[in-house]
Amino acid sequence: MRKRVAVVMGLAVVAVAAQAFGGRSVDVGIKEFKFAPVALEVPRGTTVTWVNHDEETHTITSTTGAFASPGLGNDETFTQTFARPGSYEYFCALHPKMRATVIVK
Amino acid sequence: MDRLDRRGFLSCMAWTGSALVWTSTAGVLSSRTIRAAEAADPVPGGFSFVQISDTHIGFKGQANSDAAATLQQLIDRVNALKPAPAFVLHTGDQTHGQKPGAFDTLAEMLKSVKAERVFYVPGEHDVFLDGGKEYLSRYGKGTVGERGWQSFDYKGTHFVGLVNVLKYKGEGVGALGQDQIEWLEKDLAPLAASTPIVVFAHVPLWAVYPQWGWTTEDAERALAGLKRFGSVTVLNGHIHQVLTKVEGNVRFHTAMSTAFPQPAPGAAPSPGPMKIPETEARRMIGVTQATFVQGTEPLAVVDSILG
Repeated sequence: MRKRVAVVMGLAVVAVAAQAFGGRSVDVGIKEFKFAPVALEVPRGTTVTWVNHDEETHTITSTTGAFASPGLGNDETFTQTFARPGSYEYFCALHPKMRATVIVK
Repeated sequence: MDRLDRRGFLSCMAWTGSALVWTSTAGVLSSRTIRAAEAADPVPGGFSFVQISDTHIGFKGQANSDAAATLQQLIDRVNALKPAPAFVLHTGDQTHGQKPGAFDTLAEMLKSVKAERVFYVPGEHDVFLDGGKEYLSRYGKGTVGERGWQSFDYKGTHFVGLVNVLKYKGEGVGALGQDQIEWLEKDLAPLAASTPIVVFAHVPLWAVYPQWGWTTEDAERALAGLKRFGSVTVLNGHIHQVLTKVEGNVRFHTAMSTAFPQPAPGAAPSPGPMKIPETEARRMIGVTQATFVQGTEPLAVVDSILG
C-alpha cells in the first residue's frame, strides 16, 4: 500500500516539473546548422521534438546509439521521449560538427 | 584551342548544374566545362571522361524543385559530347539522405549515359543511415574487400577511387582510415613516377574550409604517397562549387553539383543550399569560365566561376 502511494506521488512530481516546460513536450529547433538550445535540461518523461528549419537535411543521432532519426528535410520533425535520467549527447550524422545534449533530470 | 570563346561561356542559362569533361592528351589532363567541351575539337589520341557529382536525387526545396530534372538535362548534354567520354566518375552524394528509391532512380537515369561505364565513390548522404550497407551492396562489388575503394588503369593513366565518408561520424570531417591509406600506398608502389594519377573521392582531400567540415582529416598521409608522381589530379565533390588549388605537381579540383549550389567557404552563416532568384540565376550560376594557361606545368588549365 505504501509503495503504491510512492509511485503515485512520483508521477505527480514529474507532471509538475513537466508543466514548467508547457506540458511534457519540448521543442528543439535546427537552424543554420545549429541545434537550439544546445544544452536542454528536462525532467524525465519529457518528449522532445526536433524541428528542422533548414533546407538542408539534418539528423538527430545519439553518440551512444540510444536514438537515431532518419534524415529530416525542411520542416520535418523527430520525436523522442526520455524516460531515464542522464546526459544524452547527439549530433547530426550529415554534419557532425552539429552537436548538442539533452540532460534528463 | 588556347583560349575559349568568352561569348560562348557568357551565354545565359538558368541553373542546370554542371559537369566537367576531362581530356587526357599524352598523360596531361585538362578540364573544360561541359558547355565548352560541346564546342571543342576532339583531341587526337587522347581520351575524355566526365565527372558528375552531388546529384542529390530526392532533394526538393527552394534551391531546386526537382534534382532529377536538372540531372536529366546534364545527361542529355553528356550524350551530345563528341567524341563520347570513355567513362563517368560520380563523386558521391548520389542520393539526398538515402531517400527511399533514390539509388534506383539514379541508376536508372545513368543507364542512358553513352559511356563505357560509371565509377562511383560514396558521399555521406549515401551512407549515413545504414553505415554504407545499401551503397556497398550496389557498388561494393569489384572494389577492394568490397569496401568501396578501388583503382583501375585507362590508357596509361592510373585512377584511384577513395572512400572518405564511412568514418564520418563524430570526427566532424571526412576520413580515409588506416586500412585504406595502407592499401593506397601498396597500390601506388609499383607505378613509375611518370604515370599520371587521378584520385577521386567525395569530401575534398584538402582543407577547403574545416569549419564547415570541408576537409579530410587524414588526407595528408594519403597525399604524401602521391608526391613523387609528376602529374596528380585530385577530383572531389561535396561542396557544390568549383574550387581549384595547385600544390607542387598535385592539382585539386572540386566539382559543381547537378542539384543545387552551396555558398563559398565562409560566405554564409552555414553551408546550406543556396537559393538563387530566377533573375539572378541566369547571370550568376551555372556558368563556368575555363582559362587555358599554357606553361610547363603538367596541368595547364584553371577553372573559375564567373561571379
